[in-house]
Amino acid sequence: MAVVSLRNVGKVYPSTTRDGTSVTAIDGVSLDVEAGDIYGIIGYSGAGKSTLVRLVNALERSTSGEIWVNGQNIAALRERDLRTVRLGIGMIFQQFNLLGSRTVARNVAYPLEVAGHPKEQRAARVAELLEFVGLADKAGSFPDQLSGGQKQRVGIARALATQPSILLADEATSALDPETTHEVLALLKRVNAEFGVTIIVITHEMDVIQTIATKVAVMDQGKVIERGPVFDVFSNPQAAASARFVSTVVKGVPSPNELAVLRERHLGRIVTLAFRDSAVDQKAVFGDLSAAGVAFEVVYGGINEIQGRPFGHLTLALSGADPAIDRVLAQIRTLTTVTEVR
Amino acid sequence: MDALIDLLPELWTATYETLYIVALTLFFGGLGGLLVGLGLYLTRAGSILENKSLFFVLNLLVNFIRPIPFIIFLAAAQPLARAVTGSGIGNNAIIFTIALAASFAMARIVEQNLLTVTPGVIDAARSVGAGPLRIIFTVLLPEALGPLILGYTFIFVALVDMSAVAGYVGGGGLGNFALQYGYRQFNPIVTWAAVLLIIILVQFVQFFGNWLARKALRR
Repeated sequence: MAVVSLRNVGKVYPSTTRDGTSVTAIDGVSLDVEAGDIYGIIGYSGAGKSTLVRLVNALERSTSGEIWVNGQNIAALRERDLRTVRLGIGMIFQQFNLLGSRTVARNVAYPLEVAGHPKEQRAARVAELLEFVGLADKAGSFPDQLSGGQKQRVGIARALATQPSILLADEATSALDPETTHEVLALLKRVNAEFGVTIIVITHEMDVIQTIATKVAVMDQGKVIERGPVFDVFSNPQAAASARFVSTVVKGVPSPNELAVLRERHLGRIVTLAFRDSAVDQKAVFGDLSAAGVAFEVVYGGINEIQGRPFGHLTLALSGADPAIDRVLAQIRTLTTVTEVR
Repeated sequence: MDALIDLLPELWTATYETLYIVALTLFFGGLGGLLVGLGLYLTRAGSILENKSLFFVLNLLVNFIRPIPFIIFLAAAQPLARAVTGSGIGNNAIIFTIALAASFAMARIVEQNLLTVTPGVIDAARSVGAGPLRIIFTVLLPEALGPLILGYTFIFVALVDMSAVAGYVGGGGLGNFALQYGYRQFNPIVTWAAVLLIIILVQFVQFFGNWLARKALRR
């Protein structure tokens, strides 16, 4: 069952200037997030992804469409009624947004205070959460005494305090260095696996999607232009923007510039082969080439693994007699996609 | 010098009166400033209780009253002071008028200090279901406490200044003392004694305010 379901959601900011042009931040987005998903939403800045995630806990109100969260259409609720809904949705932020006037423990306790938990219960829960994020020894510290990664772990502990079923991560790792990013992502993975929390991750880094997401939606100009299981989008992106994102982490098909260099360096024919999952048997492909007496050299490409499934592209420079090459390529075409680039 | 020694009892009374006026105006003016400042902050565009017309009115009111020189404001607000306190002169009328003027001056300082609180922290509080009142008391005021203390220290000095001017309309205090016994009697030593006391008072309060703000900011 979808725990978050957007139906044709729109968000239009009214004009702030006299010319009366309003700004459409979200343009008719429909999206289903199933329980247990780690759903990645990726897009360039200004694509509307942050606005979209803020609609899910109504930090911003939609101007059209329906937003179903745990079976309730929150687009129809008043601000007062939203407070109980928000207790079921945790949120972490790019700038962590911890209360500087409170210790780590009291930051984590804050949602529990809001929810009206008695004091003794709060202390026990806070200790449990700080243990979970590995900051039990920092309970009495203030946020400005922590590193970025530690701050985000406090943010995660705080977001989980009231045991929400959904966690929203708004560019949660964008202010962190690569190593800390992976620590925080690993923690989010544990949150998903151990507590069954559905996570919606907003990011502009494909690496984040590759590391933790199970599904991904690509946003551009307020619209979702592509969506699907992460493996599908990575191995076979449809939209141009998706392909650009994928190319930031996946070395696949050579770009026209790279191809020009390759052509200069290798005089024979050049082909790109797609390897997708275990459906394509690399051994068979290379076996065929050798059997046909065609020498080959791998000149570009890479094999990646997304959620345990390998995929990738290899570009080969072939040398041998043309008829032999034609024959063997025809043979390989029955196994996988072959693109001849020269 | 002998004149000053003879006037010592009056000097102590005047000091006490200044402290009395400043303490009460700090309380009422500070409270008024906090309320109007919060009103400005909360109703401005994009804030949690956004209300364009209320913000417009508050903003206009503050901009209207703040530039009026206090000695003119004192005269202009006299009918109002009479209506509220029953008299247009004397300490009560003075306290009312100073508190009123200070409210609007303080409102801007409060507003500016609240604006230094990162909007993201308010988002975080909203995201866990905190309502506006809770946000004010658990996020806005604690997060801005250090600068707010410095703001109140700043306004304290302005209050001492205003209380001295109030000597003109029958208020007591060191300002009145300096006018009556120093300036009008051509006795600069008496005037300087009042000045010295005010300097000591202000230094002491500024020192205390800085210390308190440092404690609030933990630096």
